[in-house]
Amino acid sequence: MEALQFIIILIFSPMLQGLIKKFKANMQGRLGPGIFQTYYDLARLLKKDMVVSNVTSWIFRATPYIVFISTLAASMIVPVITAQYPFVAVSDVIALIYIFGLARFFMALAGLDAGTAFGGEGSSREMTVAVLVEPMMVLSIFTAAISAGSTNLAMIAKTQNIFYSPSHVLAFSAFIVAVIAETGRIPVDNPDTHLELTMIHEGMLLEYSGRYLALMEWAHYMKQMLLFTIAVDIFFPFGIVAGALGITGFAASFGIYTGKMLFMCFLMALIESTRAKMRFFQLPSLLGGAFVLSALSLLIYIMMGR
Amino acid sequence: METESLFFIGVLCFLSAAALSLLPMPKVRSFNYILSTVGAIIFAATGLNLMTGSPEILFSSPLNSMMDFVYRGDALSGFFVIVISILTCAVSIYSIGYSKDVGRAALMGVLYNVFILSMYAVVLSGNIVTFLISWETMSVVSYFLVTFSRDEKSVKAGLVYAVMTHLGTAFIIAVFMILYKYTGSMDFSGMKEFSARIPLHLKDLIFVFSIIGFGTKAGIIPLHTWLPRAHPAAPSNISALMSGVMIKTGIYGFIRVSMDIVGSGPEWWGMVIVVVGAVSSVLGVMYALMEHDLKRLLAYHSVENIGIILLGVGASMVFMSGGFYKLSAIALIAGLYHTLNHAVFKGLLFLGAGAVLHTAKTRNMEELGGLLKVMPYTGLFFLIGSISICALPPFNGFVSEWLTFQSMLIGFRSSSAISKILLPLCGAALALTGALAAACFVKAFGISFLGMPRSGHAEHAREASFSMKTGMAFLALLCLLFGIFPGAVVSVISPASFLLTGSYGMEASGPGVLRIGETLSALSPLALLVTMVIMSFATMVFIRIAGGKRRTEHRDSWDCGMPALTPRMQYSAAAFTKPIRLIFKKIYMPTREVKISYLLKPFFVKAIEYRGEITPFFEQYIYSPVTDFIHKHAGKIRLLQSGSLHLYLGYILITLIALLVFGT
Repeated sequence: MEALQFIIILIFSPMLQGLIKKFKANMQGRLGPGIFQTYYDLARLLKKDMVVSNVTSWIFRATPYIVFISTLAASMIVPVITAQYPFVAVSDVIALIYIFGLARFFMALAGLDAGTAFGGEGSSREMTVAVLVEPMMVLSIFTAAISAGSTNLAMIAKTQNIFYSPSHVLAFSAFIVAVIAETGRIPVDNPDTHLELTMIHEGMLLEYSGRYLALMEWAHYMKQMLLFTIAVDIFFPFGIVAGALGITGFAASFGIYTGKMLFMCFLMALIESTRAKMRFFQLPSLLGGAFVLSALSLLIYIMMGR
Repeated sequence: METESLFFIGVLCFLSAAALSLLPMPKVRSFNYILSTVGAIIFAATGLNLMTGSPEILFSSPLNSMMDFVYRGDALSGFFVIVISILTCAVSIYSIGYSKDVGRAALMGVLYNVFILSMYAVVLSGNIVTFLISWETMSVVSYFLVTFSRDEKSVKAGLVYAVMTHLGTAFIIAVFMILYKYTGSMDFSGMKEFSARIPLHLKDLIFVFSIIGFGTKAGIIPLHTWLPRAHPAAPSNISALMSGVMIKTGIYGFIRVSMDIVGSGPEWWGMVIVVVGAVSSVLGVMYALMEHDLKRLLAYHSVENIGIILLGVGASMVFMSGGFYKLSAIALIAGLYHTLNHAVFKGLLFLGAGAVLHTAKTRNMEELGGLLKVMPYTGLFFLIGSISICALPPFNGFVSEWLTFQSMLIGFRSSSAISKILLPLCGAALALTGALAAACFVKAFGISFLGMPRSGHAEHAREASFSMKTGMAFLALLCLLFGIFPGAVVSVISPASFLLTGSYGMEASGPGVLRIGETLSALSPLALLVTMVIMSFATMVFIRIAGGKRRTEHRDSWDCGMPALTPRMQYSAAAFTKPIRLIFKKIYMPTREVKISYLLKPFFVKAIEYRGEITPFFEQYIYSPVTDFIHKHAGKIRLLQSGSLHLYLGYILITLIALLVFGT
């Protein structure tokens, strides 16, 4: 039963995307599409015929599956509503980052596979952003991991009670920047654009259509929800069930989890609505700043002990 | 069989392989590589025996003087013997096909076998004399292999290599002289026994000298300059051996001297190594990223991976000085595991690059492209090597980098505040390295193997021969096996870490699982792989049910409605790395030069010429001034060498008198 908590991620991740869009639309005074629109889109894409470029190799065809499956595998080891589940022993946060890395590696290769400049551009930028994000992400996670004495995500979730110590506030702010960059949101990337000059994530997906595109999009939604979940697991783990999951425990934990996800969606929508997209070469100042924040948080934790 | 006799048979195999390659019959000659494969397997058995058994003397010449030849093995040398054997096995199989087109097969065969034997000799040497002779043999033979093609570029690379490697050897000799002076023993075990007699400040000197001496061979920054020149210049099977195992003898020597013979030192030793490791790994991969020459790129990645290995070794020394033997063992296992992994995947990548060079006649990535279609097997193996070196699951690089991350993280348990902060920060440097490596191999694989061919050579490339594919397949398989059975690999490595730290570090918990009790963290790439395979079937079934059967049309790539895409419109390697070049411009100091010639200024452009380069910081600001200085003042030394016989006799006389006066 507890092993199936990844289904929550699988099923609700498109809705999260819909929610963010809805929030954003409301903030901008629009009605916006319904929160189920992403499901309709995925279903429509699954039923479409595909056009695949002649230039591509098997990498292009394998990538949607590798991306989708590795994201799915990542969601199996993340504690969603309970910290006691069959894969708890291997819920390692560094392993998670590298599983995401596997998906990104293949996505970037697929971008180069069709031999178009847009794909290459997307791959190049995606890998560049990853270079800037990864050290910062690891360092902010290290702060939490050191205070829990473990890189095991469930362990961190169980032992993390102080969410107001200065080191955690700093680490959390850095991690949020990492989440924004990893999910391709404003101010790093614009998820709603197909404008050649600015797109990063969309550039790599440009040659995809039909079910391949559906898999890639779905994987992207799942990754987004996963990153939100990891953020709350590390920084706001209260309410997560530590032991066996009863009916009441399930209901309470699921309720709290829903609340946290709504908060994260709101936060993302707020940031997207109030910020403008940055120029690509201004990103180092944002991401570098976040790196300094995470380094500071580590320093403060070692010096102050909390 | 006894370890001693295995050792003898192994040596015999390589010697007879060298003799066989001298035969004037080309058909028979290529059998020498089969003999060296057999030799490698026998040496692997020797290594396994050494790891499980107690240290033993394999060979000792009966002179009973200090100049004896002594070969002795323990768990540490056993480990390095295994690493050398694994790669030798694969490279020898590969060489059967590869050597046919290199030319001068007899010379190649002799040098190849002697080179491998000298590497075994280095890690099995039991005293100073044996070590130095083996070390020099290795350096000289590899010099001949670097200059094998005899063109101007490789001869120059060989010169740089020879100078650097002898600079390193000078420091190693200094280390041994200090050791001999205070311990009174030429023998490694004797030196270890009396190492307490060495004064503390001289121990520090030994440490610094051994970093410089062995670090030159290992290719740490800033002593790496020979590496990206020499490795690509050698034939590809030799590049694989040099990058995969020869530079590891530097790591072996360092561990032997600084951790085994001298024993644990103060904490700052470890911290210096960690910082050197972090700098080498980050800068190594950064320079790799800017290389568009496939083999130079791989050579720079060796600098990076040596850095990662040193992160583990350095962390181990930090923990050792604080008395945290268990943590020390974990960190050392991380370093040794990465040593093994790097040999496997870097060997594989160099063999792959060799196969590409062999058929496409170029190492320049900007002239490659689309190779995956014409060389499907080589492409697949190169991809596996790329995924492994980027430390992505479920392949081997992932496991050892994960272990290194854990070692950096548990730095917070160490005793001093500096190392508590330094180690996790170096963990962030490792994350940066990992991300840069991923970018680099997306470029290396994506530009060379995907897309459209950028030149005629690439278009008409052919798949590698059977033996070359077999050699690569063997290593690719090992990349996977060492990735999904980390528990089994660690149980093989742990005797070596036990020898140095007195602890096994990790509890055994099944071949497919890796568990660190200290941080309650565990990893199971096997479970991940199985899950992913099951999930992929489930996904395919789901898509079939949800989407039904759909057609797939094959059309041209999206060309914005223009006539057609040409290969020149693709993203190039230079374009791919441009964002990183600009973001890190403080490090790269890029220069660009654009020349535009006009038919009618400024409207009709005739041609645009673009040159973009990065400033090679270490060459330009450290090495050039030194070599310029030497060039300038070398003329003055020439006065001593006037060519007059009488003057030379005079020198001899003066030296003789000086020795008689001071030498008592």
